[in-house]
Amino acid sequence: MSIDKFTTLTTTMIPLPIENVDTDQIIPARFLKATTKEGFGDNLFADWRYDKAGNPKKDFVLNNPNYSGDVLVAGKNFGSGSSREHAAWAVAGYGLKAVVSSYFADIFKNNSLNNGVLPVQVSDEFLKKIFSAIEKDAKTQIEINLENQTVTLLSTGEKESFEINGYKKNCMLNGFDDIDYLLNIKEEITEFEKKVPTFSAL
Amino acid sequence: MKGKTLFDKIWDSHVVKSIPNGPDVLFVDRHYIHEVTSPQAFEGLRERGISVFNPKRVLATPDHNIPTKNQHLPIKEELSRLQVEKLEKNCAENDIQIFGLNTPNSGIVHVVGPELGLTQPGMTIVCGDSHTSTHGAFGSIAFGIGTSEVEMALATQCILQPKAKRMLIKIDGELGSVVTSKDIILYIISKMTTGGGTGYFIEFAGSAIRSMTMEARMTVCNMSIEMGARGGMIAPDQTTFDYIKGRKHAPTGENWERAVDYWKSLCTDDDAEFDKEFHFDANDIEPMITYGTNPGMGEKLSGSIPVLDSIDTASQTSFSKSLNYMGFNPGDKLEGKQIDYVFVGSCTNGRIEDLRSFANAIKGHKKADGVVAWIVPGSKLVEKQAIEEGIKDTLEEAGFELRQPGCSACLAMNEDKIPAGKYSVSTSNRNFEGRQGPGARTMLASPLTAAAAAITGKLTDPRKV
Repeated sequence: MSIDKFTTLTTTMIPLPIENVDTDQIIPARFLKATTKEGFGDNLFADWRYDKAGNPKKDFVLNNPNYSGDVLVAGKNFGSGSSREHAAWAVAGYGLKAVVSSYFADIFKNNSLNNGVLPVQVSDEFLKKIFSAIEKDAKTQIEINLENQTVTLLSTGEKESFEINGYKKNCMLNGFDDIDYLLNIKEEITEFEKKVPTFSAL
Repeated sequence: MKGKTLFDKIWDSHVVKSIPNGPDVLFVDRHYIHEVTSPQAFEGLRERGISVFNPKRVLATPDHNIPTKNQHLPIKEELSRLQVEKLEKNCAENDIQIFGLNTPNSGIVHVVGPELGLTQPGMTIVCGDSHTSTHGAFGSIAFGIGTSEVEMALATQCILQPKAKRMLIKIDGELGSVVTSKDIILYIISKMTTGGGTGYFIEFAGSAIRSMTMEARMTVCNMSIEMGARGGMIAPDQTTFDYIKGRKHAPTGENWERAVDYWKSLCTDDDAEFDKEFHFDANDIEPMITYGTNPGMGEKLSGSIPVLDSIDTASQTSFSKSLNYMGFNPGDKLEGKQIDYVFVGSCTNGRIEDLRSFANAIKGHKKADGVVAWIVPGSKLVEKQAIEEGIKDTLEEAGFELRQPGCSACLAMNEDKIPAGKYSVSTSNRNFEGRQGPGARTMLASPLTAAAAAITGKLTDPRKV
């Protein structure tokens, strides 16, 4: 099994300058009844994006034709709350390749990495610069370079580096999957299990 | 060599190997699963052509999607029924034990695990649900995972995790008479903010924690995820051992003695160091309520919603958006606000002590006209006990109804949805927009504060009822 490879991305952006966007907003619970990973992109941010009758709300950014691109730029603490991976499937299903924010919730970060969506954590100041660049010109572009771990605002050339652990970086660059890695050390795990303290019959 | 924290002791003893410049391979003792976050994981195993590593370490129960009435009948809602059936089928095919709908040990997975003695100190526990942090109350490392990780744990009984940083939150002092563990955790989250614990595993300590029952401790650890923490934990003590002893899957005989000896070693060494420490005084804590759309937006019930000037400039837009959704204004007094719904239940406050304290508080009163109240036990065992103790009768005399167990209106995946625009005082864990139904307005509180609101039809200080 594999995930999509991620190397370098140059794209316009979709701005969502709201803080603490929780996974209930990314994908509301009533859409979690599916038993496959497909189709969640249609309901990404469903309650912000559509009115009760299912018509697009004009004031929401995904319905604004001025904004498009492979990257969502969001306010700090993106993806808090529920562990639902459906949120990452919705982000990936919509066609987004990366999310830029000044802070990510831990579980969402893991989930998005496991689905080939790169969480790019920048400083509060840099995030502000990105938002104001988009405000000035909706077509402004960003370049995300995973190998160098840099994010660059192409309009001004301003650049910042971001963190990712070496293992996950390698997985993203090559499209490797965690489970394949673990299956390769199955014997070690079997041996390890024998030493784990257990007091009740399993 | 420096001493170790409780977190370090358990974590280090479960590391199969460390990947250089990467995460640890962490062995998982217990893996709980439910119907919503597991189907795609089983599908993944099928696609890979592999089986479950050790089915005996996995336990299943449907909880998120199930109705809280007429559980003996087939589930009406088709997609929910299919998801529950899929869980049963996946468990049967993979030889995994399941507590099926309406069977004696079924219920919310985070209520069931502890009450059956399956959750024990020193364990590593995962589940595809962020409130897995609940089990940390027993001195275990327990945290929520995504579905890729559910697949990973099913396939290999391990997950890849970077080790979190360590945080100590100490609460000393004595609690006021109607101040519950829910008020403590809402207070802490209001101080820490909804992202303040991100990247950390929290150990809760101090005299206020020590004096809590296991159920109260579970409420505290349950909501550690609401400040972004990977999990919360409390060192096991005599209260923990007494709670576990005699439960269905608790160790017995010689194994019990061995277990307790080991469990007693599970504490933070005196010279261990945390990456961050916070201290709170229990005397400062009053009954709490949330007024906004994340659990960090909490205030003492006797207080007011903050004024805009008191909020960080950068956060003012989000703050205003949140109050706008709630239909509140900055500076509003909280007491006296009209409410429409009361929900008592969930993995946060759906245990017998919660139902008991709600029932005691409403005894001799009547439910306010116009308030719709859903009282939902956390498990079949809690339901049974509530009936045996006369809690059901007390509820009915006051105009309330005891429903059947499940996650219910905490996330409104079943029919239990709060209508758009209505105000709900809820003992659950999240007040996000639409959490209890599209457009629903949630205010989180303790069972005692929920009782006071249910009787009066408005936010009321439980000390005044």
